[in-house]
Amino acid sequence: MIEVDGLTVRFAGVTPLDDASLVFPGGTCGLIGPNGAGKTTFFNVLSGFVKPAAGSIRAYGEDLLKMADYKRARWGLRRTFQTEQSIEELSVFDNIAVIHEHSGAKRASRHADVTAAMEFVGLAVSPRAKAGTLGAGERRLLEVARAVVGRPRVVLLDEPAAGLPEEETEHLGAVIQRIPEAFGALTILVDHDMSLVSSCCTTTAVLDFGKVIAIGATADVLRDERVTSAYLGTEEEV
Amino acid sequence: MSAETETAAPTEGRAAAAGPRLGVSRGTWIRAGVIAALLLFALLAIPKLVGDDYVTTFTSVAIYAVVALGFSVLYGRVGMISLGQVALLSIGCWIGTRLSFATSLPFPVMLLVVGAITMVLGTLVGLPALRLSGLYLALITLMFAGATTIILSATEFPNGGGGFLGFTANPSLAGLKPVRRPTWGTSDIAFYRYTVIVCGLMFLLALVHISAKPGRAWASIRESEPAALAGGVNIVLYKMWAFALASFMTGVAGCLLAAQIGEPRAITFQTQDSLTLAATALIGGIFSLWGAVVAGIFNQFLPFFFQAQWGINTYFLLIIFGAGLLQVLLTAPGGLAQQFPRDMANLGRLAARRFRRLAEGERTNE
Repeated sequence: MIEVDGLTVRFAGVTPLDDASLVFPGGTCGLIGPNGAGKTTFFNVLSGFVKPAAGSIRAYGEDLLKMADYKRARWGLRRTFQTEQSIEELSVFDNIAVIHEHSGAKRASRHADVTAAMEFVGLAVSPRAKAGTLGAGERRLLEVARAVVGRPRVVLLDEPAAGLPEEETEHLGAVIQRIPEAFGALTILVDHDMSLVSSCCTTTAVLDFGKVIAIGATADVLRDERVTSAYLGTEEEV
Repeated sequence: MSAETETAAPTEGRAAAAGPRLGVSRGTWIRAGVIAALLLFALLAIPKLVGDDYVTTFTSVAIYAVVALGFSVLYGRVGMISLGQVALLSIGCWIGTRLSFATSLPFPVMLLVVGAITMVLGTLVGLPALRLSGLYLALITLMFAGATTIILSATEFPNGGGGFLGFTANPSLAGLKPVRRPTWGTSDIAFYRYTVIVCGLMFLLALVHISAKPGRAWASIRESEPAALAGGVNIVLYKMWAFALASFMTGVAGCLLAAQIGEPRAITFQTQDSLTLAATALIGGIFSLWGAVVAGIFNQFLPFFFQAQWGINTYFLLIIFGAGLLQVLLTAPGGLAQQFPRDMANLGRLAARRFRRLAEGERTNE
């Protein structure tokens, strides 16, 4: 469970997050909103890249903002990035192992855990293949494998399906859906693909101009008038 | 690389079934064999094949290969460009010289002490790397190299006084004994072998780091610092670790250099040497350990060889290095260490095709 209370981030003259409060109970949760709504900023605050001006984040009862950034991964926070970030020069195995060995998991379980993560995401390539030789879809799967290895507690996925063909998006959606059950990790999915969000997420929150404008069961949220107007605009504003 | 991936693929299932470790591939065995053969060649054959002058030059090749190795660990693995590596070499040389004059430590202990002190200094020099990157880090480290040169000449290194600092108002080098060498490496040839072994150990040290946890952490930092941070990599620790490793190796190399020269002078070390070293390291290739060996040869052997054989001024080589650097930057970012095997493979394929065509031609003539 993640409780966010009054989270505010200010950059010079811009307020990407403005007194945002929300609670993600568990399972796979969606975080949607138009471009510039503050979704990635929210992830960056969780990762520790951005210091908020105000507000608090409690994850499983612990104050996340008090933790040093690199220690959050050891605690169990994982994330992927909008632009995929696998390490090209390392093998697929090492790409996942590097996360495992900084997660505090036991060295003896590394091989089994890395192999399990590869199997979980359905990455059917040689573990010795260099990440640089993989295709775009395989790299996305590799990134998700990196995010679930070594006892994750919170998994943040930032547009994992961006640029993927429909078939691969479907497979990725099925993988994402199984993360909470398989690893016991709260998963937060940011994506613009509404069919992916509605198929994966039980709870969804909507950000617009840094404010939470709706949160609740995904189907209800997607029907909400405020949400459609945030995405499509209203007649008055035109 | 692709060949290795292909041969590795069929064994993958077996390796996974065998236990928690990926099996040692055939490529690794071949590489280990090549390294062993080359080491034996360097230790046994080279002293027999070349004259005394050349043995001293090959000692320098080994020493500068380790300095280039430090540069390529920093730049090739972590992505931090340091132009102060030869300055660290001169610091190692300075500490080694003074330790030799002031104490009676056994040589291997001296190597370790010099390595440790240089490691501390080099790590301090690396501190700006936590904030700066790219050109700015290069500038800061180059300024450090410049400052070192100035301090060395201002203190009239190695001076002639007693104690560790050895500074005296009216220096006289007349009474100084040369820096001592290891007991079983006093002659030039024996010291050459000693140096090759110590430098081989430094390469092994680097290899152990690169293929283990630090190497993976460095690769992750080089690819993307935010992603490394999100993956739990302590960036401060691993960047400092890289500087510590590179400085330790360079310090050890400096101590070897002190013993090789015997009577080092401030003039031996110029600020521009740091730039030449960076250029040769890039030409050799910073992503492969072989690149550092090539860099050592380019940096020390070629100038001597050109001068001795054809009387070509060593400054002329700077032009060649410049051209070589341009070529590397434009066409082969992996340097000679990657380019040469690839070119040889292409040449082999070309020759094979030629022969096949010739053979076919003969058959049709018959």
